[in-house]
Amino acid sequence: MKKIYYVIGGLLGATLLYMGCNQAAGPNTSGALASSAAEKVYVAPGEQDEFYAFLSGGYSGNLTVYGLPSGRMFKEIPVFSQFPTSGYGYSEETKPMLNTSFGFVPWDDLHHPDISQTNGELDGRWVFVNGNNTPRIARISLETFETEEIIEIPNSAGNHSSAFITENTEYVIAGTRFAVPVPQRDMPIDQYKGNFKGALSFISVDPETGRLDLKFQVLMPGFNYDLSHPGRGKSHGWHFFSTYNTEEANTLMEVNSSQNDKDFIAAINWQKIEEYVNNGGGEKMATNYAHNVYSHETHTGTSTMKKEVVTVDPTKVPDAVFFLPTPKSPHGCDVDPSGEYIIGSGKLSADLTVHSFTKMLAAIEGKKFDGEAYGIPILSFDDVMAGIVKSGGLGPLHTEFDARGNAYTTFFISSEVVKWRLETWDVVDRKPTFYSVGHLMIPGGNSRKPFGKYVVAMNKITKDRYLPTGPEMEHSAQIYDISGEKMELIYDFPTHGEPHYAAGCPAELLASKSKKIYRLDENKHPYAVTNPSEARVERNGNEVHVYMSTIRSHFTPDNIEGVKVGDKVYFHITNHEQDFDVPHGFSIIGQNTSELLIMPGQTKTSVWEPKQVGVWPFYCTDFCSALHQEMQGYVRVSPANSNIDLSWSLGGE
Amino acid sequence: MKINISILTCLFALILVGCGGKTEKKEEGFSVNRKKSPEKVEQSTPETNDVPASQRITLDNKGVGQIKDITLDPEIDQAMANAGSELFKTNCTACHRTDKRFIGPKMQGILERRSPEWVMNMILDPQLMVEEDRCAKDLLVEFNGAAMSNQNLTVEQTRSLLEYFRTL
Repeated sequence: MKKIYYVIGGLLGATLLYMGCNQAAGPNTSGALASSAAEKVYVAPGEQDEFYAFLSGGYSGNLTVYGLPSGRMFKEIPVFSQFPTSGYGYSEETKPMLNTSFGFVPWDDLHHPDISQTNGELDGRWVFVNGNNTPRIARISLETFETEEIIEIPNSAGNHSSAFITENTEYVIAGTRFAVPVPQRDMPIDQYKGNFKGALSFISVDPETGRLDLKFQVLMPGFNYDLSHPGRGKSHGWHFFSTYNTEEANTLMEVNSSQNDKDFIAAINWQKIEEYVNNGGGEKMATNYAHNVYSHETHTGTSTMKKEVVTVDPTKVPDAVFFLPTPKSPHGCDVDPSGEYIIGSGKLSADLTVHSFTKMLAAIEGKKFDGEAYGIPILSFDDVMAGIVKSGGLGPLHTEFDARGNAYTTFFISSEVVKWRLETWDVVDRKPTFYSVGHLMIPGGNSRKPFGKYVVAMNKITKDRYLPTGPEMEHSAQIYDISGEKMELIYDFPTHGEPHYAAGCPAELLASKSKKIYRLDENKHPYAVTNPSEARVERNGNEVHVYMSTIRSHFTPDNIEGVKVGDKVYFHITNHEQDFDVPHGFSIIGQNTSELLIMPGQTKTSVWEPKQVGVWPFYCTDFCSALHQEMQGYVRVSPANSNIDLSWSLGGE
Repeated sequence: MKINISILTCLFALILVGCGGKTEKKEEGFSVNRKKSPEKVEQSTPETNDVPASQRITLDNKGVGQIKDITLDPEIDQAMANAGSELFKTNCTACHRTDKRFIGPKMQGILERRSPEWVMNMILDPQLMVEEDRCAKDLLVEFNGAAMSNQNLTVEQTRSLLEYFRTL
């Protein structure tokens, strides 16, 4: 009996081998296809990618920078979360960046990056992102790839329909997902209905400096404002928000806020409201929020508490706010490159609803209303709807566009990207994603000028895509080539945190202006040492300030005596390198914060509170040169009552 | 048990030393002779002649880089030299002293050893010089592998440093 098995086994084995050889030799094997996909994403050693992609990090609180089509990660930009790698949020200079009306908040949930635009086209100056949990908007410089500004949003909670920018970067717009009492007060939760408000914030952006200013807030009915996008081209001046929970339920939301057949897309004519506010309209409300600004001259962030905000009752501005009925709990709210079509993805539906901006204006003109909600006109569905995309998928979420009249929509429940035609509303192609896709991104795909070569689909579930790493895995993303009629899956790569939305742009828009060093002669940090002879140590009570400089490969000074237990020692370290990619690090034993990573020409400060008598070393953490291991020094810590004078030296000088 | 006792003894000794006061006078280090032998430079080309790179005179060598030919006015331009002196303080003193060897060579007498072009090329692109100029390469070895930092100075700034070196 056993022998027979061996014979059968042997035959099977031989057959498989034979088939294997045959397949490998065949012309149309998956191997050959795979190699063509590989060629499309292969960026040879020394070559560079075609596009930058900025992927939100979700609950990491940070923004990650990738290259397309390689899927290689270049940088994690700390925004809302402390980041020991660089000392962001740990150094004295960057702690103020994380200040809020709730005090120091070292984390957030970063969802939606959007690159600044001029005339509806990406201009590559800044990228804006939202913090969802403790409502904040951040502006990141695309020269330094560092967070330059964070503004807290009062009266908001779950800052989700954010941070989307208008087509000349006039405003970055931030809407609240959770309705809350405005102003906040002690009241029963079940009196939500009719009492809570949804604040939509319009934050102006200074065209030169990018500086943010909370210009006004529109206090809408207490729905949930989920996502939003600006009008562009003909619809410039309007902004569109999807809503759910128009039921205004306050408990068991997954049932109770899914009762209505249609919720709304809110259309806000912000230019009209801006004019109203400029003419003295709106009410000043007392409030409290933080505005944090980082200066690349002083290498320091400062936090200012603001005490007032202008609020606008939308019913007081004629013809400025309307509701467009949209089935069914719409999530994504996307506007095509021409500005004519507003796509609502009813996440509990199989279909997409497309509204026409032109029809909307006509319906407003003709007063085609189907009632009102809290004084805001509801436009008649049939009079604004341009078409319905019968997709056959389930759970549509988000749509991006190419420049050839195609739209690409993700379907969460059926795990796919569906390509369809604007105006005919026909589905052209569909490709599976792995698995449960959320957002997708085409570089420039939410602007007037998309670069429709690749789409990146960002998934919520990874499962078997990569080698298992225990219960927790990074999320998967897939890249599709969309240059042809049919989409082609060409690459699969893990992402960091949980990417929600992303933004991308051609590499040449940013690469040439990316900053290489900070100039030492422009360093205005109050504790900078621009000349090694100024390096010194000063005592002020129990505060000790070390003015230290670094260059390959030593600290000046590298021997310090006269520090005592109970002192608070500030190491202010200036990196004297003026060459690209030569940071120095600083760490000292028992530091209760993180290391510092100091870029050329920059000054950063770390506080150290020595607790034990001894001679304690510090060293450079960034392998900077052949003599990096020698880049070290000592601090002598004496008992609290000792009378040793402060002294410092380098090489006996 | 014996081991335990000897450990205790050591500890006790350490404690005694610890109590000894703020300045500890102990025998310094150990006495193996590990001083460097005088720098020897590899002799693959005749011009090295056993002389350390820092003492060689290479006035005919203009180095490698964008500076091809510099004519020095017999008079020193004092304004330019002053500008160079300021730059020297901020951008060079981390590693150089005028009057003595520090991380890098001393600057006094530099123009008796090196051509003006060599000096400027070394400041403007030390990496290229170390790769392609024999003297720069030997200096790197002689100075423990401490590579000179590129300070991203302009040609004009570099020229003013050169003028300052003429005054030393």
